[in-house]
Amino acid sequence: MRFESTHKSPTVRSEQIILFRCSSQLLAISSASVQEVRSVDSLAGVASEIIVPGVRTVRHALQRGDRSIYVVNVALHFGLKPSPASLIFLLRKSRVALLLDGIEKMTTMTRLQALPAAFHNDERRWYRGLTVLEQNVIPVVNPAGFLTDEEFIQLDLVTNQDRQELAALASANAPEVGLVT
Amino acid sequence: MTWTDQADTHACVLLRIGERTFALAADQVAELVAPSRIFRFPHHTQALDGVILRRGRVVPVCDLAVKLTGKRLISRRFYLIAWRQQASSKETVALPVSGECELIKADLTPAGPSDSPHVSAWLSYNGEVIEVLNLNALTPEIIPVADPTEVVPPTEVHA
Repeated sequence: MRFESTHKSPTVRSEQIILFRCSSQLLAISSASVQEVRSVDSLAGVASEIIVPGVRTVRHALQRGDRSIYVVNVALHFGLKPSPASLIFLLRKSRVALLLDGIEKMTTMTRLQALPAAFHNDERRWYRGLTVLEQNVIPVVNPAGFLTDEEFIQLDLVTNQDRQELAALASANAPEVGLVT
Repeated sequence: MTWTDQADTHACVLLRIGERTFALAADQVAELVAPSRIFRFPHHTQALDGVILRRGRVVPVCDLAVKLTGKRLISRRFYLIAWRQQASSKETVALPVSGECELIKADLTPAGPSDSPHVSAWLSYNGEVIEVLNLNALTPEIIPVADPTEVVPPTEVHA
């Protein structure tokens, strides 16, 4: 009589990540949280300029259906030296897009270490943790850490105002159609 | 030496930061390591310099030189990895030091109310009066962290 082995080899859990560069900093993001990768040029005519004094990391918004997607300049967000950005990550299930320099590579991480407890400012919201790849420590960004609820409210207020003004302008310029009796 | 004589004697590690010598309770010291690559990433915790990698774990680096001597440390000869504890949280921190450290036994005099918060006690060694450091007063507060952070396995997508 043969018994089936009850021992199962432990499976190593892994997560696919995208390593990207912004200014001189290498950062990682879960590839599951990135829906689209677009070049800056492909969105040149689509993005509208937006200036909200309280949200200095956002300069552009994209309109997708009735949703406004806000483009966060990653260099400004992390306080890095401004650099010429070439790519945009549109995040999944989010109204945030990230403006960055370029993709370094795609890889997998098997372990995510918590940010040491000594770090206790904005970085606790910015990062999910730290991962070690080829003896390098890479911060893994938190996709929900780029804009706060208050910042979304401020941005929505401005985009809604702009949209209403545009609609008013469009209706004022539209040719009047009268009923001829 | 009688038992009562030994009761006030504590093991301490002497460390050099710039031109000055300080002490740390020996039970707070994990190890002394050669300086390794420091990894820096954007953050707003001023007291921290970055992190080093030690046996696969990240250890925050906290340079005490400016706070203790008023000058930045020009050369880092070693990192003293020390434990710090606040309430139930315990974490290691790497302290850059300018020279080799020495384990000694010395009598401690508790700090007085007029002493700086970073002084937990005083000791006398080789004719020098040395501050025994209170790491909790010198390093950032420990934020309780949910541990361990798990990676998310990739989701299978079927067409």
